[in-house]
Amino acid sequence: MAHEQHTPALHGIMAEFDTPTALVEATTRARLHGFRNMDAYTPIPIEELNEALGLRRTRLPRLVLLGGILGGLGGFGLEYWASTMAYPMNVGGRPLNSWPHFIPVMFETTVLGAALTCFVGMWALNKLPQPYHPVFNVPAFDRASTDRFFLCIEATDPRFDAATTRAFLQTLHPVGVSDVAP
Amino acid sequence: MAAKEHVPDSGLDAGMLRTPPVIAPGHTFNSVTNTISAVVLTKRTTIGWFFGFAVAFALLMLMNFTIGKLLLTGIGIWGNNVPVGWAFDIINFVWWIGIGHAGTLISAILLLFRQQWRTSINRFAEAMTLFAVACAAMFPLLHTGRPWLAIYWLFPYPNTMGLWPQFRSPLIWDVFAVSTYGTVSALFWFTGLVPDLATLRDKATSKVSRTIFGILSLGWRGSARHWQRYEMSYLLLAGISTPLVLSVHSVVSFDFAVSVLPGWHATIFPPYYVAGAIYSGFAMVMTLAVPLRKYYGLEDFITMRHIHNMTKVMLATGMIVAYGYANEAFFAWYSANPYEGYMMLNRMTGPYAVFYWSLIAINAAMIQLFWFRKVRDNVTLLFILSLFVNLGMWLERFIIIVTSLHRDFLPSSWDMYYPTRWDFAMFAGTIGLFFSLFFLFVRFLPAIAIFEMRTIVPEAKLKEHHG
Repeated sequence: MAHEQHTPALHGIMAEFDTPTALVEATTRARLHGFRNMDAYTPIPIEELNEALGLRRTRLPRLVLLGGILGGLGGFGLEYWASTMAYPMNVGGRPLNSWPHFIPVMFETTVLGAALTCFVGMWALNKLPQPYHPVFNVPAFDRASTDRFFLCIEATDPRFDAATTRAFLQTLHPVGVSDVAP
Repeated sequence: MAAKEHVPDSGLDAGMLRTPPVIAPGHTFNSVTNTISAVVLTKRTTIGWFFGFAVAFALLMLMNFTIGKLLLTGIGIWGNNVPVGWAFDIINFVWWIGIGHAGTLISAILLLFRQQWRTSINRFAEAMTLFAVACAAMFPLLHTGRPWLAIYWLFPYPNTMGLWPQFRSPLIWDVFAVSTYGTVSALFWFTGLVPDLATLRDKATSKVSRTIFGILSLGWRGSARHWQRYEMSYLLLAGISTPLVLSVHSVVSFDFAVSVLPGWHATIFPPYYVAGAIYSGFAMVMTLAVPLRKYYGLEDFITMRHIHNMTKVMLATGMIVAYGYANEAFFAWYSANPYEGYMMLNRMTGPYAVFYWSLIAINAAMIQLFWFRKVRDNVTLLFILSLFVNLGMWLERFIIIVTSLHRDFLPSSWDMYYPTRWDFAMFAGTIGLFFSLFFLFVRFLPAIAIFEMRTIVPEAKLKEHHG
């Protein structure tokens, strides 16, 4: 512990890999080694990482369902209120609440509610937009959006210790290991 | 022996030739990323681009001039009259909206069906959708003559007159359908762009482009946690867009089908319109893809597989449209309704017959060429045929709208419709708007989804790990 006081504060330590397979294997091993606060950075979505990192299923689908239901009810509510209360008008003797006519708009507001929830919800859960993040301090990280795969073990992990974590990452056959300034 | 061994080999080769790959062999993460991002970041802007943009921009200015003239004078500058109160406005509106549909079909429906070939054409097809919706929206808005006064009967908002829109009217359904469609398409498109914008941010060399792409990419860093939600949202948006796109042209067709006019009041309209929309949309995708792949050297990504598949989709949906024509003619006779019968007779032999037969020649006869592999292999010919398909679908809308209106139930109100030069100026103007936006898009944004292309290179496959 005393030893950690000397080293400058870190966001974490990051290892760079050149294939998705190497990254998934390294992540699995890091997790087996007991690390939990870590994240992988990849240029393509890799489904296997969800398991390797132990990610839980996202609650986005439930939010989207809720958004859709609210959109639909809101749409129908608007139509019902506008056609029966705010501005009742007899159109060809139809009832004021001629609900079959209200279905198309209700359908569209359902879709709109779901889609807006999906869009806003995904970015909000991801906490984006985010102007600054420490991982961008690593010069090699420029390639995270092209052809390199990164695993970052964060300093918040209970098992994190700069020297031993660095040594552990070296055992995973990375292309390189670098400290991530906060 | 040797000859025998070669038989299955050559059979395999022939089979592979039959279905070309979705991406040319030999590509890696790097080559895919560099080839597509180079169009935006490093390649010099060609003279051809400037020339094309100049033509499109000139037409866009023509549109602005026309709108100015229209707002100062009124919609009397158009050829619309009574009984043809809806003319170029609705023809062009339906035409543009229909073109947009292929973009959503490619990006959403083909994603749900796991059609890998959608990957390299979805981005620009979605952009096409957005731009087509923008062009389409011009017409109903300007048809109101004073768009700023029309808002209160289009959109429900508390106005000083205490009026609310008439929700029993298909025109209001249309407002909701098209505005929802435009919004959802934009969200879908932007969501797809973010990881690519991050790639461009990381690859950009100039400070200005780094900053702009940096802001637009929202700080995307490719985190696995983000990708998980991202993929889920992409799938959900695709699932949401699929019924949406089918609803939009159905609702557009309700504008006609809910009325009582002969030629419009038909239950086949919604599916027939949706098929026509996809048909014309794929024609526009073809019109855009052929020059795009040629001039930007993207033949490795937009391969003959894409060209073949697009042709086949055009053939299938075109046949549905042709069935719709046959169905209309059959029911005009079978219903024994004199008005329906006259409508069909008037289409075939009346003053607009030449347009009717042209559309039959294109949408029913010409597309039979797509059955032939020789035709599907000839990219230049396909480009020309796709222009004809666009024309054919425009003629279809012209025929449906004008022939039904100009001879309605009372012969005393019969009249002819002739578009004026302002009608044509407005139409040409929206074509200018569309292509101006498209030229800017291919210059400043990745026209092919880079990260999705990276997922289909061999490197992206995880190797079996032992243990």
